[in-house]
Amino acid sequence: MTTQIIDQVRHVCTLGGLQSVLAIERAIPVLHAGPGCGQKLWGAIGLQNGGQGSGYAGGHTVPCTNATERDVVFGAVDKLEEVIENTFKVIDADFFAVLTGCTSDIVGDDVESVVRGFQKQGKPIVWAETGGFKGSNFIGHELVLDAIFGQYLQPAAEKITGLVNIWAVVPFQDPFWTGVYADLAGLLRSIGLTPNVIFGPGGGVTALNLVPAAQYNLLISPWVGLKGVQQLEEKFGTPFLHYPVLPIGPTETGKFLRAVAEFADLDRSVVEAFIKEREEHYYHFIERAAEVLLETRFLPRHFTTVTDSTYGLALAKFLVSDLGLIPDRLYVVDGIPEHLQGEVRDLFKDLGEGIGAEVTFTPDGGAVQEELRATKFRSRPLILGSSWERTLAKELNGFVLSVSMPVSDRLVFDRSYVGYTGGLRLVEDIYSAILADFQ
Amino acid sequence: MGVIDIKRNEVPIRENRLGAVTGYVGTIGDLNDRATGCGVENRERCFTQASACSSGCCQNQLGSIADALVVNHAPVGCAADSVGGNVNFKSGARLRGLEYTNVRIISSNLEERDTVFGATEKLRDTILQAYERYKPKAIFVTASCVSGIIGEDIQSVLNELKGELDIPLVPAFCEGFKTKVWASGFDAAFHAVLFGIVEPPRFEAKTNKVNFVNFRGSARKEIINTFSKLGVEPVFLLQHSTVEEIRRISESRATVSICGTLGSYLGNALEQYYNVPYVKTEQPHGITGYKNWLRSLGTLLDAEDAVEAHIAAEEARIAPELEEIRAKLKGKTAVIGMGPSFGHNFTRVLRELGVEVLWAATWHFDQNYDHGEVPESTKRLAEADESLQVSVGDQQNYEIVNLLGKLKPDIYVTRHGGSSVWATKMGIASYMVTDEYAAFGFNGILNFGNVIIDKLTNRSLARKLAERIKLPYTDWWIEQDSFSLLQAEGN
Repeated sequence: MTTQIIDQVRHVCTLGGLQSVLAIERAIPVLHAGPGCGQKLWGAIGLQNGGQGSGYAGGHTVPCTNATERDVVFGAVDKLEEVIENTFKVIDADFFAVLTGCTSDIVGDDVESVVRGFQKQGKPIVWAETGGFKGSNFIGHELVLDAIFGQYLQPAAEKITGLVNIWAVVPFQDPFWTGVYADLAGLLRSIGLTPNVIFGPGGGVTALNLVPAAQYNLLISPWVGLKGVQQLEEKFGTPFLHYPVLPIGPTETGKFLRAVAEFADLDRSVVEAFIKEREEHYYHFIERAAEVLLETRFLPRHFTTVTDSTYGLALAKFLVSDLGLIPDRLYVVDGIPEHLQGEVRDLFKDLGEGIGAEVTFTPDGGAVQEELRATKFRSRPLILGSSWERTLAKELNGFVLSVSMPVSDRLVFDRSYVGYTGGLRLVEDIYSAILADFQ
Repeated sequence: MGVIDIKRNEVPIRENRLGAVTGYVGTIGDLNDRATGCGVENRERCFTQASACSSGCCQNQLGSIADALVVNHAPVGCAADSVGGNVNFKSGARLRGLEYTNVRIISSNLEERDTVFGATEKLRDTILQAYERYKPKAIFVTASCVSGIIGEDIQSVLNELKGELDIPLVPAFCEGFKTKVWASGFDAAFHAVLFGIVEPPRFEAKTNKVNFVNFRGSARKEIINTFSKLGVEPVFLLQHSTVEEIRRISESRATVSICGTLGSYLGNALEQYYNVPYVKTEQPHGITGYKNWLRSLGTLLDAEDAVEAHIAAEEARIAPELEEIRAKLKGKTAVIGMGPSFGHNFTRVLRELGVEVLWAATWHFDQNYDHGEVPESTKRLAEADESLQVSVGDQQNYEIVNLLGKLKPDIYVTRHGGSSVWATKMGIASYMVTDEYAAFGFNGILNFGNVIIDKLTNRSLARKLAERIKLPYTDWWIEQDSFSLLQAEGN
């Protein structure tokens, strides 16, 4: 068997799930891990990924047992207990999640019984075994959700009609996550639903506590998070809609809204009126930009993606369905477990206009770049990838826009590429990169 | 003869080698006295926040060598810092006008089954694939917590591969759990270089090179200029240097370092093994540090006259502007939070500018360097003001935030990411020294002084941010003594 090496990381390890905890307002992870794990992980999927810094209590504020040699020889449950106790005293937070690193998971510290003790005292705390060798932070995100759903959430007295929990991209790993959740919520609100957004500003424990009361769960993701909505269905009887495509631009957003409307049995006239109004807004600008889109020098005709599966699919659908471009080499780098690859591969078979694409799954960015270097492009390639691609694009005389972790060359606040406005943002970004390239 | 052993493949951690501590509070006088005498005993904490580990320092040093490559024998997360490393690497390339390339740090991607069955085959395969992809001039293998705990025999794998690959294959032991002092990772990197790359000098006579240990080398041109007056050329290490350049550093006439924490191991090792003298003065930050450093180098090179002429001309040149800066900074106060070498050196620099340093916190403290002496910057600071309050902590933000709330300095001067932001959130001006040459010599002190003045002139961001945000600490904690969760010695 050939080793699957990883050159130019595009995701981190399971413990990266710590950022999913931080994505819940006033929630804080407590790491039972080595001293450098936190810094390495948030450095990669936080600071160097859209400039997402420590915020309220991330970065070096995160409590950690900072494993020592003594801890890996003798175990460190007492130390963990002490750090948790003092976390309650020192840190002002509403929710706590103890996450273990490789050291603890290999040594076999009984973290569960330590955390159970605090749970019995009524503390809002959960634990998850997230030792980095278990996989990617996409898996880590799922483990964190599993812990919260399983250990913390309680059944609601009654369901709230129209309330929908939104589960989509992995916070921080996707530098646009804050905007993605907010914009998805905006879309749902516009067609008459009440979105419940757990991740991002304004959510917090209040939103988390509402999860069992929701009428539906909505999962927008090719594969990450499916276990979570299944778990919620099992535990609270909440039906879910699994919609694999993050909608960008008019074609996919229309499809998405109609699918949700059908699932939730909404008033079609409201939905159609909203779609019409937003499409008009979108095409107003596309019409205005037609010269740039058609008459700029050095326009690309083909595009290449080096992204996670969510963006690979979303970008390809938009560029094919709405912008008239052609896919040429799509790489999916989120380390999808092998048994799920088939389903994701099938999603790329229909990108619109009768166009489909083969995708390559690999977490090894270096291998992707090696292949792209050997590729004969007929026109200047447009590469939508990460900041690792900047040097490659120069070598290939291509255009480059960083959209997938690591996005160390951009500062991202609340913008996203979701929906109608998001589609416009993406067109702005791509064509600004093209215009800036030769000026 | 010193105690460094470059024939073994692993260097002891700083706690064991240099008496390094990460928990202390007191005065610089007491710290220096005890370091000189019977030693400081480390104080543990009963609450800790995520700090940093040696692997980051190690693999980003090694990964920054232009034509080498790092294989990180670890789960993928341990290579996460290659992303930040790549940004640093490019900033260094920009400073030197080099073509941009990406750093080459490749993970062997250890998974659950590897923790049970071992992964030496995987390591071997990763090295071969990495070599095939990039054809580097050397491969370093950095260890990890996982490889350390499951007992991977990295050296044997490298020994077996020696017949197949005709380049140096060198282990670097930097398991994160082994040390609280992330700077032990610098030693691990330099030790790897000494163990696997550096060759004994080929000739009796030294070259006209001086090894200059630094990070990104922003002052490169100025140094080349100054050194040319002394008849020597700098070799900047390790970022963007080549394996061949590193192989020959044993032939240089001297070694200097911009940071005592970074360079003292390499400097002392080269002195001990190859008779390349290491300049052991304070670091060349500010005026006094720069003068003592350059004079020491001048003596080693028999270039005292050139040094004195340079110093006299430069001192006269900057005198008027320096006076203006001092006048503007009169009465201002600062708190420092930096690694120990930068921390104690920059305390001196701020005092040279007339700023009162209320407290100097350092991320660790080496009670001695490898030549057996307390760091010179610490000694001199203790001589200048033995009552200066100091503390040592591995970037424990809760202590720093508490302390800043009590001391309320005009400015918090720091180094290492994720610290300055907390002062800003408290309405205190802050300056994170990202460039190691920020206060280098005569030009540096003027630049540094002007930056401090700018930071103090417009504090709108800090003031307005502080009005709107809540700190992540409880009122209870903010009211405690800053070091109340630091346990007694011997606990």
